[in-house]
Amino acid sequence: MKRFYALLGLVAVVAAVLIWKASRPQTAALAAGDSPPVTVTAADSAFRGFTLGSDSAPVEVVEYADFQCPHCAEFAVVQFPTIRDQLINAGRVRWRFRDFPLGFAWSRLSALASQCAGEQGKFWEMSDALYQRQSDWGRNPKNPTGMFHDLARAAGVDLGKYDGCMDAQRYAGRLEASRQEGIARGVNGTPTFFVNGRLREFPRGPTSDAFLAVVDSILRTRS
Amino acid sequence: MRHRQAIALLALVGFCIALYLWMYKIGIIGRLQCGTGTCEYVQTSRYGTLFGVPVAFYGMVGYAVIFAVALAGLQPAFADRRWPTTVAAACAVGGLLFTLYLTYIELFVLHAICRWCVGSAIVITLIAVVAIGGALRRERRAVSSPVPRTGP
Repeated sequence: MKRFYALLGLVAVVAAVLIWKASRPQTAALAAGDSPPVTVTAADSAFRGFTLGSDSAPVEVVEYADFQCPHCAEFAVVQFPTIRDQLINAGRVRWRFRDFPLGFAWSRLSALASQCAGEQGKFWEMSDALYQRQSDWGRNPKNPTGMFHDLARAAGVDLGKYDGCMDAQRYAGRLEASRQEGIARGVNGTPTFFVNGRLREFPRGPTSDAFLAVVDSILRTRS
Repeated sequence: MRHRQAIALLALVGFCIALYLWMYKIGIIGRLQCGTGTCEYVQTSRYGTLFGVPVAFYGMVGYAVIFAVALAGLQPAFADRRWPTTVAAACAVGGLLFTLYLTYIELFVLHAICRWCVGSAIVITLIAVVAIGGALRRERRAVSSPVPRTGP
């Protein structure tokens, strides 16, 4: 029996060491990048993300998201259209998108594609297309560069410029700067939302109703 | 007794797997050691939580219960009782059914496989086999050697 308890103890100790090792590099890896070495320039850090809505809107929502994250796609496809109609287009909210690539196979590639489309003023069109077609490219081990190219074309992007941007990975530094900013603000998953600078948790999910309630509450307090 | 030892050991392994996935889910671990990245895909899907609670947490609770029951069954006071094995078998069958559902989701809905989930599925299957085997053996032993009758 003693041998059995010794074996249990051994399994527990080995598991504890492995889990500790798995959790330990996280901070270092996230801080260091855990990604291809990317030079972050001052211009990359100065970029504050693509926005939608009026500059004078009383509420700003900052979303940290990854185009390959299923939760982000679900939010973008199911909830965001209502938020866009009822809050953003109504001038009540300004929406700011920040990249937080999690490390899926195509997280960075899809983010780069959106940035390269954004260079031509087509960020939101490309973002919508990436999310709507996520089930086609996100689960597919095949490199989706060709599909992104098609999505960019459909979004009305000049493909010559887009290809040059993608080949040069022109906005890799922006992605890294955005990711580092997210880590510094305590983002550890996607989608994560900050409403007027404050982290907002949505225990029942980030639904359009929840956003309507939050914005109503802020505006009521102000008035 | 051997089967209860095996159940306890397997439950401890299963608990560690569930703990690892749960720590990822709540953000303590940044990236799962998975190789292909499909573990994160599965874990961050909407099937990674149930009633607002990470699925891995249910696994932790289930394995902890099985582990505790198996350890209790190893104590001299309960060594001859049948209930620890029966309870462990019932929990394992419940866990196995839940695992079958999750595996179906992985294969046919998400089209992605999380290796840690496969590991947990193997562990719960082994626990169910060992626990049911142990329960049946005890049942047979009870039938073949009934308590001797006393008196005239």
